[in-house]
Amino acid sequence: MSGVAPNIAEARPGMWPMYRAMVGVGLVCGLLIVTVFQTTLPIIERNQAEALQKAVFQVLPDARSSRTFVRTGEDTFVPLEGKGKGAELVYGGFDEAGALVGVAIEAGGMGYADVIHVLYGYSFDQEAIVGIRVLGSKETPGLGDKIETDEAFQQNFVRLDASLDPATGAAAHGIVAVKSGTKQNPWEIDGITGATISSKAMADLLRKSIGSRIPLLRDREIDFHDRENDLREGEATP
Amino acid sequence: MSEPRRDPTSTDEFIKGLWKENPVFVQVLGMCPVLAVSNTAENALAMGLATMFVLVMANAVISSLRRFIPKQVRIATYILVIATFVTVVEYVIQAISLDLHKALGAFISLIVVNCLILGRAEAFASKNTVSRSVLDGLGMGAGFTFALLCLGGVREIMGSGSLFGVDLFHEGYQDWVIMILPSGGFFTLAAWLLVFNRLKARRERRAAVTAEVMS
Repeated sequence: MSGVAPNIAEARPGMWPMYRAMVGVGLVCGLLIVTVFQTTLPIIERNQAEALQKAVFQVLPDARSSRTFVRTGEDTFVPLEGKGKGAELVYGGFDEAGALVGVAIEAGGMGYADVIHVLYGYSFDQEAIVGIRVLGSKETPGLGDKIETDEAFQQNFVRLDASLDPATGAAAHGIVAVKSGTKQNPWEIDGITGATISSKAMADLLRKSIGSRIPLLRDREIDFHDRENDLREGEATP
Repeated sequence: MSEPRRDPTSTDEFIKGLWKENPVFVQVLGMCPVLAVSNTAENALAMGLATMFVLVMANAVISSLRRFIPKQVRIATYILVIATFVTVVEYVIQAISLDLHKALGAFISLIVVNCLILGRAEAFASKNTVSRSVLDGLGMGAGFTFALLCLGGVREIMGSGSLFGVDLFHEGYQDWVIMILPSGGFFTLAAWLLVFNRLKARRERRAAVTAEVMS
């Protein structure tokens, strides 16, 4: 191996060498980025779809298959074809017989450090939240991040009452977070000691999401059907 | 009588970054990721390896282009090269594991402004051959990864009672939550700097005694 090599171009150059260096390096770098982006994009999209699918089954434990639906301009829901970027999506979960067991909905709200993004499962039969998964949060490690890791806290969402008032169609009870160990009603969330703000943030974002999305979803429950059902309907149509 | 100065060998080039000129414990460079993502050993290892990849690639490219890049635009060109490899690393980590990408967060992108990488490009790669620059990048990257692991290991063991996600103490261990918070990063770094400085002082003392005996 040779010793110290000559230094970087010392002579004062004209404009051309500078343009040549910047544009040349820029072009090669751009090409490299585009190549890596194109190569990894299908893998990243597959990973994201798998992660979301896994999350849907986690928040709807009785579901055996799922299907993504998109909200239309007429406030109905149709199966999503292609990519639904920017659209309001709902994930339907179905049992072995193809019956709807519930829907998984994304929700977000401000936590202690940043916005908390969650996916929760709602069962129309039980009129309750039946599972939750934190998709993204920057809550304090060891304290606020217990909303993801604390099993006792997760137990709040096994069956969290989110029923609708039959008269008004709005949420019958507002979901609230209470001090750890003082939960008395099925719509209360037993908070985490040392993470009061994060616990309350979870209750707030769920209450707002339930109030704004469930009444319409309840009315349009008929829109949610699995692929098998589509095939059966297709065969029945002359 | 002074010893004749010898040119550094390939091994010296690699070892210096790992120990004698360790970027974290000796040069105290790149403190932002060192303190931010060393809350678990896994995050520390991933960030260390990502930084090492960027360091090696940037050193290799910058060294091979050193005669082509005019002095006036060198910093802009170095940043362009470094940012490219950081973007590559970001996509690759996202393709390997979304959870890891989520855990490292913005700190992958912030490798661009890690002064260790620009520092090695300017101080070493722009003046040395490709092979020496790659060895320098490997050594400095390994030293950075080693330092991050030292911090991440201690913080995860004390803060979560586990190492690489494996539970070490089972029931009955009270986590020192402060160790995985930012302040825990400062405490651990201070403790490691203390250890390194003591080792350095002891080595210098021994060298002085040996020199005295020889004379």
